Amino acid sequence: MATVATPRATVGWLARRSTAQRFQRGLAYTVLSTGGVAMMLPFLWLISSSLKEPAQIFVFPPEWIPNPIAWQNYPDLLTKLPFFLYARNTLIITLSAMLGQVLSASMCAYAFARLRWPGRDLIFAIKLATMMLPFAVTMIPVFVIFKTLGWLNTFLPLIIPYWLGGSAFYIFMLRQFFLTIPFELDEAARVDGAGSWRIYGQIILPLAKPALTVVTILSFFQHWNDFLGPLIYLSSADKRTLALGLNALQGLEWGRDTTHLVMAFSVLMITPIIIMFFAAQRVFVQGIVLTGIKG
Amino acid sequence: MGTAVSRPARRFFYRRLGFWEAVDGWLFTLPAFTGLLCFTLGPIVASLYFSFTEYNAVKAPQWVGLNNYLKLFTGDPLFWHSLRQTAYYSFLSIPLSLVVAYLIALLMNQPVRGITLYRTLWYLPALVPSVANATLWRWILNRDFGLLNYPIRLLGFDPPGWLIEPELTIPSLVLIHLWGLGNSVLILLAALQGVPQHLYDAAEIDGANWWQKFRYITLPMTSSIIFFNLIMGIIGSFQVFTLAYVIFTPTGGTGSAGPENAALFYVLYLYRHAFQYFQMGYASAMAWVLFLIILVLTVLMFKLSGRWVYYEVSRGR
Repeated sequence: MATVATPRATVGWLARRSTAQRFQRGLAYTVLSTGGVAMMLPFLWLISSSLKEPAQIFVFPPEWIPNPIAWQNYPDLLTKLPFFLYARNTLIITLSAMLGQVLSASMCAYAFARLRWPGRDLIFAIKLATMMLPFAVTMIPVFVIFKTLGWLNTFLPLIIPYWLGGSAFYIFMLRQFFLTIPFELDEAARVDGAGSWRIYGQIILPLAKPALTVVTILSFFQHWNDFLGPLIYLSSADKRTLALGLNALQGLEWGRDTTHLVMAFSVLMITPIIIMFFAAQRVFVQGIVLTGIKG
Repeated sequence: MGTAVSRPARRFFYRRLGFWEAVDGWLFTLPAFTGLLCFTLGPIVASLYFSFTEYNAVKAPQWVGLNNYLKLFTGDPLFWHSLRQTAYYSFLSIPLSLVVAYLIALLMNQPVRGITLYRTLWYLPALVPSVANATLWRWILNRDFGLLNYPIRLLGFDPPGWLIEPELTIPSLVLIHLWGLGNSVLILLAALQGVPQHLYDAAEIDGANWWQKFRYITLPMTSSIIFFNLIMGIIGSFQVFTLAYVIFTPTGGTGSAGPENAALFYVLYLYRHAFQYFQMGYASAMAWVLFLIILVLTVLMFKLSGRWVYYEVSRGR
C-alpha cells in the first residue's frame, strides 16, 4: 500500500509552479508550522511545569522557562515515590503480555493465512467480528473468571489473555501480511520435508519481521498505557503500574504541592514511548496505515 | 495475493497434505481459539445471563427476570443522564474528529519540503498515554493558571472554567480528544495517497478545478476509509472512560464524574455499578444496552453507507 513517509513525487505539469501554486504552498507552510507549534505546546508546557518549584506553577501569566530550573524534581520523584517499583511492575506486565501477544497472534495468523483446515473461515469471521464488540460486554464475566481462579491482585489477568490470542486486531494485521509472502516458499519447503512448524518458524516469521515489529510496538504501547485493566485487577499499592501510580499521585494533588511531581512523572512515562516511536517510526506508521486500510 | 502457482497444481498439493495440515491448522489456532471461547464468546453469553440476575460476584447469581432492565429504564435517572451525556459527547466528537482529521490529512498530503517532520510533530500527541493526557490537560484547562486561558485573558475576556462549568465539560473533553487524533489522520492520509494520480490527470485535462477534483475524485475515492473511521469513532466514543475517570479524580475523589456529573459517561457509570457497588447483574444489563445501541448505530451506518461510500470492486478479494 501507500507509504506515508515519502511524499508523492509531483509529476508532469504539476512540477511547473504557477503563482497560485506558490501561494497554496506558502499557505500550507504557514498552517503546518503554526499547527505544528500548537500541537507541541502542551508537550513544552508539560516539560516546563515538570521543572518548576511548586510556587512557580501557580503563577499568572505562566512562565515558559522556569526560574530557577528545578532539576531537583526528578531525583525527588525517583526517591520519594516508588517510581522504580511502578516501572518494574509495568515492564513485567508489558513485556510478558507483549511476548504472548506476538507469539499467539502470529501462530493464529499463520493458520489463517497459510493452512487449509475445516472451520478456518468461520473462526476467522467470528474472530474478526469480535473487533466490533464493546469491551464492556465481556468485562464483568472475565473479571468473575479471574476472581474464581483467585488471580485478583496478581499480574496474571493482564498477561494470560494475551497468550491466548489477545486482540483480533493483531491477528488480522499479521494475516494480511502473511498472505503477501509467496506460497512457493511453503510448497518448496514441504517438498523438502518441512512441517508446518518449521515453515512457520524458519520461513514465515523471519520474512514477516516488519509486521512483527509493528505488532510488538503497538502491543507494547497498549500495555504500557493501559489503565482500565490494572484499575480493575490490581488493588494493592505495591502492585501498581505507572498508569495507576500516576493516577494515585495526581489524586492526592488537590490542595497539596505535588503538581510539579505529577508533571515530572508524566514526562518519565511518556519518554520511553516517544523514543520507541522515533526508533521505529517508519514501520510503525506503515503498520497503523495497514490496519486502517485493510480494515 | 500469493496466487502465483496455478490452481490445479496447488489443489493437488493440498489434497496430498490434507489431514495433517488440518491438524496443524487447529493446533496453531488452539491458543487463540481457547482465548476466543474463554474471554469473548463465553463471557458474551455469561453477561447476558448475569443481566437477568442479581449478582455481587460473591454469592451465586439470583434470577430476577427483567428487573434490571426495568429499573434501568424506569427507575434510574442517572442511567438516562449518562446516556445523554455520552450521546452528546459522541455526536459532538465523531463528526468533529472526522472533519478535523480529514482536513489535517489533506494538509499532510501537500507536497512540501520537510513534510515528514510536520507529520511527526502533528502525530506525536497520539502517543501520550491517556492517564498522562488527562493530568496534562487538567492543568492546561485550569481556569486560573492554565495555558488555554492565557490568551483569553490577554484579550480581556473572562477566563472560562473549562472543567468547572457543567456546560463546558463535554466540549473540553472533545477538545482533548481532538489533540490526540493522530491515528485517524495517518489512516486517512494513506487513503489520500492511495488515490491514483491518473484520475487527477484526466480531470485536469477535462478542465476540472480544485473543488471539482476534491468533490468528484478525492472524496469518493477515500469514502470507504472515512466510513471505517466513522464506525471506529462510534465504537470508541460510546465507550470513553479513562479520560473522564482520571481527569476529575483530584477534584471530586475516585470515580468522580465532573461538575454536576457532567462527565458521567456511560461506561464510567457502568464501572461504578460493577466495581464500586458490586452490582454485577445491573452492570451487565447496562453493558447489553450499550452493546445493542452500538450495534443498531453500526448497522444503521452500514445501511446508509451504500449511498455515499464507494468501493472499488476491482480491488477485490
